[in-house]
Amino acid sequence: MGIELSQVAAERVQHFLANRGKGVGLRLGVKTTGCSGLAYVLEFVDEVNDDDEVFESRGIKVIVDRKSLVYLDGTEVDFAKVGLQEGFQFRNPNAKDACGCGESFTV
Amino acid sequence: MALMQISEPGQSSAPHQRRLAAGIDLGTTHSLIATVRSGEAVCLLDDDGRPLLPSVVHFAEQDVVTGYDALALQAEDPLNTLASIKRLMGRGREDVDRLGEILPYEFIGDEQGGVPRIRTRGGDVTAIEVSAQLLTALAERARSTLGDELDGVVITVPAYFDDAQRQATRDAARLAGLKLLRLLNEPTAAAVAYGLDQGNDGLIAVYDLGGGTFDISLLRLERGVFEVLATGGNSALGGDDMDHAIGEWIIGQAGLGKLDAALARRILIAARRAKENLTEQESVQIDVGGWQGVLDRATLNQLVKPLIDRTLSACRRTLRDAGVGVSEVDDVVMVGGSTRVPLVQQRVGEFFGKAPMCDLNPDEVVALGAAIQADILAGNKPDSDMLLLDVLPLSLAIETMGGLSEKIIERNTAIPVARAQEFTTFKDGQTAMAMHVVQGERELVADCRSLARFELRGIPPMTAGAARIRVTYQVDADGLLSVSAEEATSGVRSEVVVKPSYGLSDGEIESMLRASMEHAGEDMQARMLREQQVEARRVVEAIDAALAQDGERLLSDDELLAIVEPRDRLEQGIDTSSTDELKRLIEALEQASEFYVARRMDDSVRRALKGKQIDEVEVQ
Repeated sequence: MGIELSQVAAERVQHFLANRGKGVGLRLGVKTTGCSGLAYVLEFVDEVNDDDEVFESRGIKVIVDRKSLVYLDGTEVDFAKVGLQEGFQFRNPNAKDACGCGESFTV
Repeated sequence: MALMQISEPGQSSAPHQRRLAAGIDLGTTHSLIATVRSGEAVCLLDDDGRPLLPSVVHFAEQDVVTGYDALALQAEDPLNTLASIKRLMGRGREDVDRLGEILPYEFIGDEQGGVPRIRTRGGDVTAIEVSAQLLTALAERARSTLGDELDGVVITVPAYFDDAQRQATRDAARLAGLKLLRLLNEPTAAAVAYGLDQGNDGLIAVYDLGGGTFDISLLRLERGVFEVLATGGNSALGGDDMDHAIGEWIIGQAGLGKLDAALARRILIAARRAKENLTEQESVQIDVGGWQGVLDRATLNQLVKPLIDRTLSACRRTLRDAGVGVSEVDDVVMVGGSTRVPLVQQRVGEFFGKAPMCDLNPDEVVALGAAIQADILAGNKPDSDMLLLDVLPLSLAIETMGGLSEKIIERNTAIPVARAQEFTTFKDGQTAMAMHVVQGERELVADCRSLARFELRGIPPMTAGAARIRVTYQVDADGLLSVSAEEATSGVRSEVVVKPSYGLSDGEIESMLRASMEHAGEDMQARMLREQQVEARRVVEAIDAALAQDGERLLSDDELLAIVEPRDRLEQGIDTSSTDELKRLIEALEQASEFYVARRMDDSVRRALKGKQIDEVEVQ
């Protein structure tokens, strides 16, 4: 399985990485905080760690640590504009329930 | 579903705990708000996709509208539609009276010399409240764009803004319910937007040509710290003047005589459009008031060249003010919509001998830099330790005898700063001292701006000149001045925190600086005269005190007369004589009383030794 980026998401990540001037890719992860149990992590990556899995999607290196991958495998990342807001969206087949804000979820 | 942004490595925050921060460029004609998203600074757009918010507020009986909606009401309801309000920030009643001719508003008298109010249909408002309305509108835009409340903002101000103007901006932020992380100088923000703070140390010139104002600032970047070396410019020179020059050319070409207001307005609009289109095109067609013609780039250049020349002579002056040569400037940053005019870029490039930086949108660059700074201050980028220094726009001084201004902290000193100086008493037995804190470059207090007065009381009675009073001026990182005075032997102490009384404009700071240069010669003469007058009074005072003590005992009538006569001549001459004449009169009195001074000395020695054996006298 792995992680897939949509075309728009990949372009945005490419743009943000170029703008930042450094970084090897995009990290996806989960943290055990948040109102519904787990929370997503979305970060630039400067160094790949030993326990990281590296995927490649539309030319972007997507880095996920093995513990997080359990909860993220098969996730699609999209970039969306809703009204005036814009940002990255996760479509995670592992998530059974998300809180209203969508930043945290349960499996 | 939440829309997420990419964080720096290890900086992902818990849900609902993201620290949203924004940078705000609160401008005279336009304001903007920007934020950092996924590591990139961007301006936030309104519902119609526009980044600019016209700095205009319309007050109706019930509600308040801002921005383009307010701008649309300006023509039909000018008295209740407030624009260019930044010019009033931190200004007092007197300044507003002078501005009244430019700004068509109804100002309300305030006897206490406080903050002037403008009468509108929606109630009386201050410039601070109007600015707060603009800030609220921008914060609302951020809320709907970012999906949450802002945790903190950085607001930019011109580098020459004085304490009062900065305080007024702070007050506006508080009124709008915003947490102000800090005020940032506009040129510094522009340099940050270009990432110059990440680069090598060096000298940066920020050339800011807006619609109505021109500012040139010289910044020194040293080990990641910005310091404003000097600022200059012209508060009445900008893109509008280019439009006027083109408008006059059109009127001349079309052979138009008297214009009504509507046609004049249409011509100005056509002129501005022609100017903007000539950025990309070599020539443009103009069709206005029944006249058709062509304006080409060469003609435009001819029309705007004198205006650009004026900005360049301001640059030259500012370089001289900072004491640096043009070749020492490492980078030139362009700010303001008028820097899009190709001739401006070309001439600025020629002047500094290097291509100016103009890749970023010159309208947005200040807000973008403020957003980057806000992001750091909000703690979203903890590994960065950028520290930005502010600078005093005008010297801070204290009044000394004779109405002279003694500078304690020179202008352009980076803050925070503390400086101290020692003063002494003027009269025997003096137990109190009045402190007068002033701001400005001139030699006489009357030509400077008064900030505060306070008194140091409880000085133990001593002879004149024996007391040691240490006056300390301290300016904190927010630009707030506190002044303390302490007498060294007794430890009595008094202090004041200067809440700057509103009342100085950018134009006035400029003219104060200019006046200090123009009047340098006469100021020095005036200072020398005042100093001589103070000295004369001191000499008369000392002679009188001595005569009262032992004049009758030590002097014959003739001798007394020989002293009193030059003493009277000196006293009468204090206010009427020239510096040199006073000097001569003082010398005459000192000569005439020389024998008396000697006799007093002998007398006091004799009295000290009287009745003592020789071995009781300690020889030092």
